[in-house]
Amino acid sequence: MINKLWIFFLLSGILYAFFTGNMEVINKEITASLNTVFTMCTQIFVVMALWLGIMRIAKDAGLLDMLSRKLSKVLKVIFPEIPENHESFSFIASNIIANFFGLGSAATPFGLKAMKSLQTLNQKKDTASRSMITFLVINTSGLTIVPTTVISLRMLHKSANPTDILIPTILATVCATIAGLIMDRILARRSR
Amino acid sequence: MSSFFIPMLIFLVILYASLKKINVYDSFTEGSTESFGMILKLFPSMLAMIVAVNVFLKSGILEAFISLIEPILKLLYLPSEVLPMAIIRPISGSSSLAILNNILTNHGPDSFLGRLASVMQGSTDTTFYVLTLYFGSVGIKKIRYSLWAGLFADLIGILSSILFVHLFF
Repeated sequence: MINKLWIFFLLSGILYAFFTGNMEVINKEITASLNTVFTMCTQIFVVMALWLGIMRIAKDAGLLDMLSRKLSKVLKVIFPEIPENHESFSFIASNIIANFFGLGSAATPFGLKAMKSLQTLNQKKDTASRSMITFLVINTSGLTIVPTTVISLRMLHKSANPTDILIPTILATVCATIAGLIMDRILARRSR
Repeated sequence: MSSFFIPMLIFLVILYASLKKINVYDSFTEGSTESFGMILKLFPSMLAMIVAVNVFLKSGILEAFISLIEPILKLLYLPSEVLPMAIIRPISGSSSLAILNNILTNHGPDSFLGRLASVMQGSTDTTFYVLTLYFGSVGIKKIRYSLWAGLFADLIGILSSILFVHLFF
């Protein structure tokens, strides 16, 4: 998918510029992009380092464990098919908590562990189970309260208040997650 | 109010950890070392996507396409500058980040468009990437209705971004 998208962007862009006589602009843009990549990567790197550091403190202090135990109670309602006290609850909870604080890299390993443990409950090994789909819907809807990359990019562009988008972002992501979960329930019922 | 958010989060985490007698400084440096690995993983895809998206956007092909569907956008209160973002957000995180970067450069981070694009980027995740990665890791081939549920969440995320940015700013 991403492969096709990349081919499409570059080929159609260069071809269109060729026919509209815009080649000069494209030529300059390729060099200018490299500068953009450099500033973006260095800036994001530093902000990530800060957050990963803070989150490691939270993890070592047992804060993530505490929050995920609390969350497990809610998860029992969202994932009715997982047996009580199954280990996948703690992986799912840790994944959601890490995403919540904008720690994509910390969330992914938990998410992969959650998938592996959901697979042990799965009857048909090549087909997605209902719990897996519910779990991924929560992930694709991007439930978060600290969108770290966006904030760091806004800092890079010298926003007067880089975090003033937080509340609308949280509201929008909550709407997306709830809508995703409702759709998941409807489709699960229909496909039974 | 939201300028309190990040300092308070840091304050609370450090307060809690120091009450638990954790070596806060060591934990912090250990954690932040991980960013090296992350940026190494992120760098190639950022490079690839930023170059490709910028070439695509500067070529003018998108403007030609958008002017065709302008009337529909007006109905959705969706400014045409953020349309590429709305389309690409579920497909590729690094290319939508590249588009966000463009919008912030051209319109400024504190403009309406800058804020709308920021909220869109922050409020949903890359559905295609998430599904590929997670299902791929356990060898699931039949993904059933998961793509539809994921894309529906993205659509609602984008529409509610528009709504809330209008309400707040």
